[in-house]
Amino acid sequence: MTAPGWSRRSVLRNGALVTAGVGVGTGAGLAGAHLSRPSGPGSDVERLHGGLVEPFHGQRQAGVETPPQAHLSLVGLDLRDGAGAQELALLLGLLGDDAARLSAGEPALADTEPELATVPSRLTVTFGLGPRAAAWAGATLEPLPDFPGDRLDPAWGQTDLVVQVCAEDPLTLAHTRRVLLKDAAAYTTTRWVQDGYRRARGSEAVGATMRNVMGQVDGTVNVRERADLEPLVWDGPLGAHSTTMVVRRIRADMAGWDKVDRAGKELAVGRRLADGAPLTGGSEKTEPDFEAEDDLGFPVIDAASHIRRARSDDPTERFLRRAYNYTVPDTGQPLGEDSGLVFIAYAADAQRQFVPVQQRLADLDRLNAWVTTIGSAVYVVLPGTPTSGAPVVRGLTT
Amino acid sequence: MHTTPLRAPARPARLRRVGTVAAISAALALSLSACGSTSDTGSDTGSDAAPASADTTALGVSDPWVKSADSGMTAAFGTLTNDGDQDVVVTGVTSEASPTMELHETVAGDGGAMQMQEKQGGFTVPAGGELELTPGGNHLMLMDVSQPLRPGEEVTFTLDLEGGGTQEFSAVVKDFSGADEKYAPGHGS
Repeated sequence: MTAPGWSRRSVLRNGALVTAGVGVGTGAGLAGAHLSRPSGPGSDVERLHGGLVEPFHGQRQAGVETPPQAHLSLVGLDLRDGAGAQELALLLGLLGDDAARLSAGEPALADTEPELATVPSRLTVTFGLGPRAAAWAGATLEPLPDFPGDRLDPAWGQTDLVVQVCAEDPLTLAHTRRVLLKDAAAYTTTRWVQDGYRRARGSEAVGATMRNVMGQVDGTVNVRERADLEPLVWDGPLGAHSTTMVVRRIRADMAGWDKVDRAGKELAVGRRLADGAPLTGGSEKTEPDFEAEDDLGFPVIDAASHIRRARSDDPTERFLRRAYNYTVPDTGQPLGEDSGLVFIAYAADAQRQFVPVQQRLADLDRLNAWVTTIGSAVYVVLPGTPTSGAPVVRGLTT
Repeated sequence: MHTTPLRAPARPARLRRVGTVAAISAALALSLSACGSTSDTGSDTGSDAAPASADTTALGVSDPWVKSADSGMTAAFGTLTNDGDQDVVVTGVTSEASPTMELHETVAGDGGAMQMQEKQGGFTVPAGGELELTPGGNHLMLMDVSQPLRPGEEVTFTLDLEGGGTQEFSAVVKDFSGADEKYAPGHGS
């Protein structure tokens, strides 16, 4: 009921603040100007943002257009044998209620650790259905094709459900995930959990393009403008407020990457490592000049570079990228760790918008020498819940 | 059927926080009508079952839930609230989910372990106050669950109030591994 440490008013005030800030990418107004000033007990310099709320309720689910939080936990669930549309509905009711309460900074119903629920830190929980479950909801969702070069491991493969949990605070994230998994356990088993991270909140300006573990500025070309988001992301398989979600787990061969000099790394991508600017100059957001040639007549941006191959002549072959880095222990790797990218993309129609781009990259991309996709899945993201309640699936049939 | 998992439950007038799960149940009732929805109880407001006494309208139940069970004993929890200016006494509870129910408290037994027993005199919800029903504390005990209570389903309960009124509410079923206090039948009754 009452969240200790956060009065309802402060949560709502902060929530209103972040809502207002979303459109212009300012979030809570973090600014570099504070960096050199001292902070300490009693100081108001280091602003707390644990109380910031991303509203759960809305025509569309949070966690898609929401500016990425620092931490991700992506959970792939499979329905148990015998669980059908009716059990799916019960499950979504439970998980949706958990998500609504926790997003607001309130404990879940029967929360065994209610104190961990009081720091929402922009928590979002986003639900999607895989092809099998989507069919029960009346949506046709084609699985992604196999691409050349993929080394897919079913352990990271297609599941019946996906739950994307994002928050600025990792403890909030862990608590939320545990609450959801406890309530899901009656009807599902957990196939995988893909944790991911970006820079910690406050480390750099909100809205900065993230860097991946290979050091690259990753995600410069993205769908940002309202006029682009509307046709490219929304009106998915379940109507105007649904979308599709592509998940690709991309392992980076860091040992191999270490052997490449900077010029070779920049050639592979077509961008400068220092600031992400295209090799033809300017700054990160400058349009690359694919026609430019060097003194010898070679293209400055190689025809097989990642950005050249990713660029489509068809402006509808674009999508919203919302990726996170991953690093997990792996004793099978030389340094005992495996790292890469949890690539997440949203598109109204993954088959039409994402698949052609990925096919082109799979056919030829210099970066392929160091990256390998080991997991692949696609989901339909359910419409949101405008007022109170869990994500609503209408027309479920057994 | 004894539960009403896929239809809109009757809503007590002051029931505050069951809305989330109830809403999806209501939405799904439209699409899953073939899956065994139950007959209507004839109640649209949840307040029709009782004579319109002041106590009845003052009592509310927030965040109600029931521990899942395939059979046997389980318990329901939540917070009873009283917006009125007189104490409300809950003298009993019934549900189609269990032919026998009791109002329980949890106390330290002879060996120090916590055990449940029937609450003498019922639950008093103070005027302007509330009474929490929690694992390890007071709760509504289902003595003999006759059909499995599955997570996400809704179970309807009716509280009997001193003075003759009743209050109905709907609680969602949740898995919960705690609330396993030993039951000491006969104590306190």
